[in-house]
Amino acid sequence: MTEMWINMGPQHPMTHGLWNLRIKVDGETITDSEPVIGYLHRGWEKEVENRTYPQIIPMSDRLCYGSSFTWSHVYCMAVEDLMGLEVPEKAKWIRAMSDELQRIGNHLMWLAAIGPDLGNLTIFLYAIREREMFLDLFQALCGARMTYNYCRIGGVRNDAPPNWERDVLRTLDYFEKRINEYEDLVDRNAVFRMRMEGLAYLSGKDAVNLGVTGPSLRGSGVKFDVRENDPYEVYDEIDWHMCTRDEGDVYARYRVRIDEMRMSVQIVRDILKKMPKSGPIRVKTPRNAPVGTGIGRMEDPRGESFMYVIGDGSDKPYRLKVRSPFFVTLSAAPHMLKGYKVADVPSIMGMLDVCMGETDR
Amino acid sequence: MYIDIWQFLGGLVHWLLVDIIGPILGWIGFHGLESWLGSPGVLNFVTILLVALIVFTVGMLVAITHIWQERKTLGRLMDRRGTQVGPIGLFQNFADGLKVLVKEAIIPDAADPLVYNAAPVIIIGVSLFMFVTIPYSQGFYVANPQMSVLLTLAIFSLVPFGVLIGGWASNNKYTLIGGLRAAAQIIAYEIPLLLSVIGVIILAGSLNFMDIVAYQQSHVWMVVPMILGFVVFIISMNAELERVPFDLPEAEAELVEGWMTEFGGMKFGLIMMSEYARGFVGASIATLLFLGGWDMPSFLQFIPDELWFLAKVFAVFGLFIWIRGAMPRVRTDQILAIGWKRLLPLAAINIFIAIIFKTLGWF
Repeated sequence: MTEMWINMGPQHPMTHGLWNLRIKVDGETITDSEPVIGYLHRGWEKEVENRTYPQIIPMSDRLCYGSSFTWSHVYCMAVEDLMGLEVPEKAKWIRAMSDELQRIGNHLMWLAAIGPDLGNLTIFLYAIREREMFLDLFQALCGARMTYNYCRIGGVRNDAPPNWERDVLRTLDYFEKRINEYEDLVDRNAVFRMRMEGLAYLSGKDAVNLGVTGPSLRGSGVKFDVRENDPYEVYDEIDWHMCTRDEGDVYARYRVRIDEMRMSVQIVRDILKKMPKSGPIRVKTPRNAPVGTGIGRMEDPRGESFMYVIGDGSDKPYRLKVRSPFFVTLSAAPHMLKGYKVADVPSIMGMLDVCMGETDR
Repeated sequence: MYIDIWQFLGGLVHWLLVDIIGPILGWIGFHGLESWLGSPGVLNFVTILLVALIVFTVGMLVAITHIWQERKTLGRLMDRRGTQVGPIGLFQNFADGLKVLVKEAIIPDAADPLVYNAAPVIIIGVSLFMFVTIPYSQGFYVANPQMSVLLTLAIFSLVPFGVLIGGWASNNKYTLIGGLRAAAQIIAYEIPLLLSVIGVIILAGSLNFMDIVAYQQSHVWMVVPMILGFVVFIISMNAELERVPFDLPEAEAELVEGWMTEFGGMKFGLIMMSEYARGFVGASIATLLFLGGWDMPSFLQFIPDELWFLAKVFAVFGLFIWIRGAMPRVRTDQILAIGWKRLLPLAAINIFIAIIFKTLGWF
């Protein structure tokens, strides 16, 4: 059979969003591939230059449907760095807690998405069922299910509602039991393992060279996590450890994410224990930013997200640059796909946790 | 207790043609027509038509019920309710059928129209043809050839041919890969499937469904001595039916809808329908060969044989649904590895076990 190019996308069940993966196949073996992005380009970085600093917070929520809070968080961190603000102690704890709840929610969305990718719908519905509880928690915290508009420059919008601690602990207790259920369904199923093990091998060195971050990097055995290597907010005071695997295949990335969900549960429990019960949650911020630059850097569920903001003395940023973790991971996809089968494409790409909103911006 | 459909319908046709229509025609004066209607050839032909119609209707109804069963059971397995159209979701299939019926019939420009239209005909025709050899009880069947097991399995393996040419004729890259996967799949599962049946045939000493069920009634259900063969058979049958662990030709994650991508409207509806018709036939074969067919405990004799048979068929199909709820899809090279490295040796061992049992005269 001669080689041919197949378009997987922009409208394709594998894509999780609007992008196109062009693959060159010889029979069923992939010999070359080329991700084509830009279908979802909204001119985000240009658009925010016409908005005042607080107006950008809801915009940054819309960078990714799965992890809105982390994006508004990293934006606020960048602007705080630019303005030289110190965030109150309690707000830091609340931010870290929201980050971790968001991480669980986002990883559940990823887990839901890999189910149909691999041909099993059960895991999709199980994961969506549990994600619903974390959306409910966010709704109790800030009134919205997906785009929270909760983080503020110099703090957070409001304090946690009454009974917050009880609700969170209850959810976490329930959720920990459910993770075991996922492991029963996926890890103990030989066919799931067959579809994941030994697939899309990425050595630690290659991963670093290609700029891959987040769970995909830690799945290759590289011990790098912004929360540990460059602690922001209160992560240096929390009792936690990094989750890594050495195999570097799809299964390792899967395991890292599942372990991270467990670790996030532990982190949230620890935060609830150590969080100050009272105190200010927000500081007063100036309207205009000084002339200068600021950066925000944090561990997004998908990897290292980074924002670089340039202020020109007005109330609008001169330039805001976003480093999207998945944009970089996606460019490593041809390296991972080569030599594997067409049937492996959803498995490999789904395991990277695709989010096109932040990639195309 | 069983319903002898041949005797019943034969009597009905005889009464209708000889006792009612015949005298009327004779009274009018068509004496030649009267004696022609009363001849055994005509009576036989009309009876066969009626029997075929009834068995076909029952088969299609069971297949539709399988769709409903799958929707509801899968829903429960996934912690949701499944379809809710009508009482306990029973109207969903008819709503779907109506929907696909009013859709426009589109033939893609680049497709080969003759083969493109012939492929669904082959698949649907072959699927419905298999109802012919499946007996529901001693008296409820259309045809009872001496080698009905062989005939049914032979018809079964014609389906991938339709899939292959359908995928090719649609002139689409996804359908082409889907069709070729069906061709690759058949060499993986067909041999273990047939070998697992051979064990049963050795023990029963017959290739006829009736004889095999009669043997199981007088001895023991085949699933007891041939448990290995049963496992191999169920797995291979899943592959034969293109159900979830082995639904490579229509892998919806990577190939959109696989070889069916370009088929729309009622063609798609009938192809889906025929898939469940094949599911019914597959579950029936498993029931007849391994689970004693319409055999039942003696104290439950008052329940008709046909209902017993259908109850077992639904149980076997429930097993298929359960497998679907728990499994992801395997890959083409993996199904070949499963078929040749795992199932084939197991089926061969099963044949040895059957030979040993037969030689020792245990079962």
